[in-house]
Amino acid sequence: MSEGIIYWLQQALNAFQLGSIYALIALGYTMVYGILTMINFAHGDVFMIGAFFCFLLSSLLGLSFIPTLLLTMLGTALLGVMIERLAYKPLRQAPKVSAIITALGVGMFLENFTLALAPYPKQVPLLLENVTWDVYGISISSIQIVIISLSLLLMLLLDYIVQRTSIGMAMRAISWDKTIVPLMGIPVDLIISITFAIGAGLAGAAGTMYALAYPVIDPYMGVMVGWKAFICAVVGGIGNIRGAMIGAFILGTVEIMVVAFLPSTFRDFVAFTLLMLLIMIRPYGILGKPRIQKV
Amino acid sequence: MSKAVIENSNILLEVCNLEVQYDAIKALHGLSFTISKGEIVTLIGANGAGKSSILRAISGLTAFSGDIFFEGQNLQSVPAHKIVRLGIAHVPEGRGVFGNLTVNENLQLATWQRKDKAEINADYDRIFTLFPKLKIRLNQLAGTLSGGEQQMLVVGRAIMSRGRLLLLDEPSMGLAPKLVQEIFHIIKDINNTGTTILLVEQNANMALQIASRAYVLETGRIVLAGTGLELLGSPRIKSAYLGS
Ligand SMILES: Nc1ncnc2c1ncn2[C@@H]1O[C@H](COP(=O)(O)OP(=O)(O)OP(=O)(O)O)[C@@H](O)[C@H]1O
Ligand SMILES: [Mg+2]
Repeated sequence: MSEGIIYWLQQALNAFQLGSIYALIALGYTMVYGILTMINFAHGDVFMIGAFFCFLLSSLLGLSFIPTLLLTMLGTALLGVMIERLAYKPLRQAPKVSAIITALGVGMFLENFTLALAPYPKQVPLLLENVTWDVYGISISSIQIVIISLSLLLMLLLDYIVQRTSIGMAMRAISWDKTIVPLMGIPVDLIISITFAIGAGLAGAAGTMYALAYPVIDPYMGVMVGWKAFICAVVGGIGNIRGAMIGAFILGTVEIMVVAFLPSTFRDFVAFTLLMLLIMIRPYGILGKPRIQKV
Repeated sequence: MSKAVIENSNILLEVCNLEVQYDAIKALHGLSFTISKGEIVTLIGANGAGKSSILRAISGLTAFSGDIFFEGQNLQSVPAHKIVRLGIAHVPEGRGVFGNLTVNENLQLATWQRKDKAEINADYDRIFTLFPKLKIRLNQLAGTLSGGEQQMLVVGRAIMSRGRLLLLDEPSMGLAPKLVQEIFHIIKDINNTGTTILLVEQNANMALQIASRAYVLETGRIVLAGTGLELLGSPRIKSAYLGS
């Protein structure tokens, strides 16, 4: 293969890895928005807590990768449910601004709570042996394969849940009109809790994978990643699950390509500018549409 | 005296001193009525009289004070999703289809709590017999149905949830005259298979014709009650609600 093609394939692979992580986080924003039309600004910090759980489980308890991943997902899922019950549910009838400010507050609480626990940054132990293969000149690492395949697996699973199961059907119904869903015999609060659990669980998975690829954590690592994932969700069409995945892979690609050609300080500036242009062209996002509803 | 006792054993729903308060507005001022098994009871009244509020209180969508008993069980503080399971199906005002779900998914949604596969299939057949159009559109998004088709879907969905009491809030709203006739036939059909019906209607004429009994509502109070025929003949009703 020519040098050029190899170079591009290498960049595409890197973009796919980054996009996978953004996608897992973006899904949480989009699911919560879909069901409550609320933006959960604490979500980036749930991702951070995921990376922190991963650090605790692997360094203090010495657990290996799979148990660390599963327990982290379980831990953030419970955290997500708790946040919704304690902070958002009491405000469900309140103006949207109150909920958004509360979400920002919850995020700051999580950051500063984590900050108070220990000195930072912390080094996460190597969870998986990182083997690198050379495939026709493209270097592929075992961690890269794990991140990409696990993320794809989780996304397929989520898509299946949302499109094919009765819980997913209830979620979609709630996103259309929450007020009449109870008339179907469906406990809305339970479905909302499940949505938060799934979204936060995916953020936990993203935190673990992030720690796998970049094994240094600190309490503010979720801020920038969170904003980016949120924008991915908006670019894809907020509330739309497949859109969030597409938005994330676009951002991953843009970031990797910018770094490949421009000074790395240009990365976020160019990425955000492009995303804003995309939103100007398609205000509802790539897959989002204004709702068709006959009256 | 003995008549009252016989009626009592037959009562499906009993509403006592029902009051509903929205922030500043009191929508229902302590009204009481009963529905016996097998009846079609109609509520008529002007816009804002409180008809929908009554249905919403019964199905648990709105908080209320007073008492509502369904088959003897007090519904005060029972959450809405549990009230459905007790056997009350509510077709809300204004085409409550889930536009982002297919017709089939809309119907499936109403079987959330049901495990009786065979019975569910029988209900599908029944719905397709009543509304052949729904069968053709099964995999179409409900939001793309015409208004009349959406109305058929919500009635079908209520059948799916197997209520013994069916609350219908203006099922004929916005339908062509021929379809209105059809909807009233279907309501009668559903009633004939043993479902008790509480019907809210603007179309007082049609509603009173199929009603066993009716209540007239004015600003949150019951001002008149009688059989459908009695009210059809009442001069007060004629001038206020029948437009003649
Ligand atoms: N969610 C609410 N918040 C505040 N006021 C409400 C609410 N819902 C209804 N109301 C008020 O309560 C009164 C009764 O409303 P309701 O919907 O029960 O009337 P209705 O008889 O069904 O009218 P229509 O024939 O127009 O459907 C009205 O004055 C209405 O403005
Ligand atoms: Mg009404």
